[in-house]
Amino acid sequence: MTANLINTPGLNYLGLLIPILPLIGFLVNGLLGKFLPKGITGWIGSLTVLGSFICTLLIFQKLGAGDAIRLDLFHWISFGNLDISFGLWIDPLTIIMLLVVTGVGFLIHLYSIGYMHDDEGFTRFFSYLNLFIFFMLLLVMGSNYLIMFIGWEGVGLCSYLLIGFWFKNDAYNDAAQKAFVMNRIGDLGFLLGIFFLLFNFGTLDIKAIEAIAPGLTMNGSLVVAITLFLFIGAIGKSAQIPLYTWLPDAMAGPTPVSALIHAATMVTAGIYMVVRSNVLFAMAPFTMTVILWIGVVTSVFAAVIGLKQNDIKKVLAYSTVSQLGLMFAALGVGAFSSGIFHLVTHAFFKALLFLGAGSVIHALHGEQDIRKMGGLRKFIPITYATFLLAALAISGFPLLSGFFSKDEILASDFEHGKIIWVILSLSSLLTAFYMFRLVYLTFFNTYRGSEESRHHIHESPWTMSVPLIILCVFSVLGGLLNLPDLVRSNHWMAHYLSAVTAPSATLLREHEPLSHGMEALLMSIAGAGAIVAILYARYIYVTRKTLPEEDAALHGFPKLVSNKFYVDELYEKFITRPVFKLSEWWGHFVDKLVIDRAVNGVAKSLEVSGKTLRLFQNGHTGFYVFAMVIGMVVFFIIRLLI
Amino acid sequence: MTQSITEVPLNWYILLSTFLFCIGIMGVLFRRNAIIILMCIELMLNSVNLLLVSFSSYKGNSDGQVFVFFIMVVAAAEVAVGLALLMSIYRNIGSTDIDVLNKLKW
Repeated sequence: MTANLINTPGLNYLGLLIPILPLIGFLVNGLLGKFLPKGITGWIGSLTVLGSFICTLLIFQKLGAGDAIRLDLFHWISFGNLDISFGLWIDPLTIIMLLVVTGVGFLIHLYSIGYMHDDEGFTRFFSYLNLFIFFMLLLVMGSNYLIMFIGWEGVGLCSYLLIGFWFKNDAYNDAAQKAFVMNRIGDLGFLLGIFFLLFNFGTLDIKAIEAIAPGLTMNGSLVVAITLFLFIGAIGKSAQIPLYTWLPDAMAGPTPVSALIHAATMVTAGIYMVVRSNVLFAMAPFTMTVILWIGVVTSVFAAVIGLKQNDIKKVLAYSTVSQLGLMFAALGVGAFSSGIFHLVTHAFFKALLFLGAGSVIHALHGEQDIRKMGGLRKFIPITYATFLLAALAISGFPLLSGFFSKDEILASDFEHGKIIWVILSLSSLLTAFYMFRLVYLTFFNTYRGSEESRHHIHESPWTMSVPLIILCVFSVLGGLLNLPDLVRSNHWMAHYLSAVTAPSATLLREHEPLSHGMEALLMSIAGAGAIVAILYARYIYVTRKTLPEEDAALHGFPKLVSNKFYVDELYEKFITRPVFKLSEWWGHFVDKLVIDRAVNGVAKSLEVSGKTLRLFQNGHTGFYVFAMVIGMVVFFIIRLLI
Repeated sequence: MTQSITEVPLNWYILLSTFLFCIGIMGVLFRRNAIIILMCIELMLNSVNLLLVSFSSYKGNSDGQVFVFFIMVVAAAEVAVGLALLMSIYRNIGSTDIDVLNKLKW
């Protein structure tokens, strides 16, 4: 299905401006930041992203559901039959991603002005953030898989730079390295997918591949291989099982980084990629099943781990992994627009949760352990109110944004299989429970910290509170973006994305759509379940004032959960250590004994031959004449022989 | 006239030329006096001249004789330069023994 291409110079110019502005921000802050006062650099960083957001809004106004803009900037690689151009592609899916990235990104930049105010790397932080936004924009705007891959790698790089922002701490550097290496493993899969695509299709252009793909054998080895490799890339980038352990460790970075990269944007790149390639994935039902089950298992697994975490950011990190699993579960059954809907609402409330957590950490001057918090709602009311609403949204409390987006996913998965619906509903219940465990332990009862720190608790400056409030509004009202047919609304987002998802719709297994009654029943069950879970959490943590146990007091299954099922230790023992051992052995035997000997041997042989040849230069003229004669004789003999 | 020349077989001329050439080479390799070496080089050149002329005469082709002219010119020039060098060396070192000239080594 071809999109209607729009080609007005005004819109083209705006489209080009969208990625260029953050790039300029990066260059200015990066190269000239030393000479500019701190107040300016923060605003430079934020206003460039605001500029991109405004450009996106202007394009959004003009772009209808079936339209698209194509900007081919220049011929990049021209080699024989291969012709890859550096091009941007803007269609409804891109616009939605752009709005999220630039909108939420701007709010987080604004927040960072207050949060990172006392940090000596303030300017460096904003230059990295702008670079990240630039790469993320390239990722979502790329018209071929190679541009997408540039953005893919670039955001991985910026993630590394930002997680290890406080580079003087070794543990943070390790976390950054872990994130980067795990991402790299996924990237290998992505690259293999790209190579397969290039070799078999001859092109990497997304629209061209969309046209060719339906002609292949459905569920044939080629499509399955390509899609599996691409999905491996998504597993790494979006922290699914087995490549998820980097995300909780990535909480070592400053909180705005966690909000931007590890909640709203970078980790959603995998979802975007799958939706963008919906035709390819629809052609490979096997991969779709794999995606579905990995999403489902990750969702519930991470939710269980979140029940027992005591660091405010780690709970949110596992929550992110779990919600991403939910999004992949939606993609696995072909509900692409539902997945994007949840991506958008999740960006709102997860960013809000992280920023709120940052506000709490800021108020307590660096404390992150919820066992030492409590009763904070009297001290930091704005943070409390926004955090509470975000927690309600993520738990699926009726009528908030999360309720609608989750429900759509659950309904789509119900159509596909009842067991899946049961597991995902369980995951949602656990989500509600551990989120409110977090809320109650942090904000309710009495403060459990020291007397001295209690005096210093204060609400955040306006640059931090205003983004919280704005995100809160969106978290509450976000459901309006895609209200279901049940309430006789326009189901806006699904219709807006219809042109993007249509190519695959014809290929997917047709489900009988749920009756309105069934859908209403599922909605009520989900909403009621959320409320019950919240009330149960209230009973345990507020009424009975239970506190999480000290680490030493844990036994059995709770201990297993609290230690994250020892997955990190498993990886350490079975993967990291053998690789290090292999590296040491290789370094000793192959590198030192074989390669060094070969290289040094070459040098030695040259030295020896030099020493020998030197003896020919003995200075005796007679000998030189003799050598000439011998040379002539040899020459003539050879001439005779040949 | 050609009749009397063909009475001496061509092979004799070739042999003679080769002998002269070898004598010249041996002189260049084994004698120590630089002037003798130059003379032996001349001997080698002249042996080649002899060969060329004899072939030219036997084949009735004048190309060989013309080439001999070139060789003679080159030989003359080379001797001039060689003797000039020799004079210069003699003035500096006081001897024409080539074994003294062994400083150009590693």
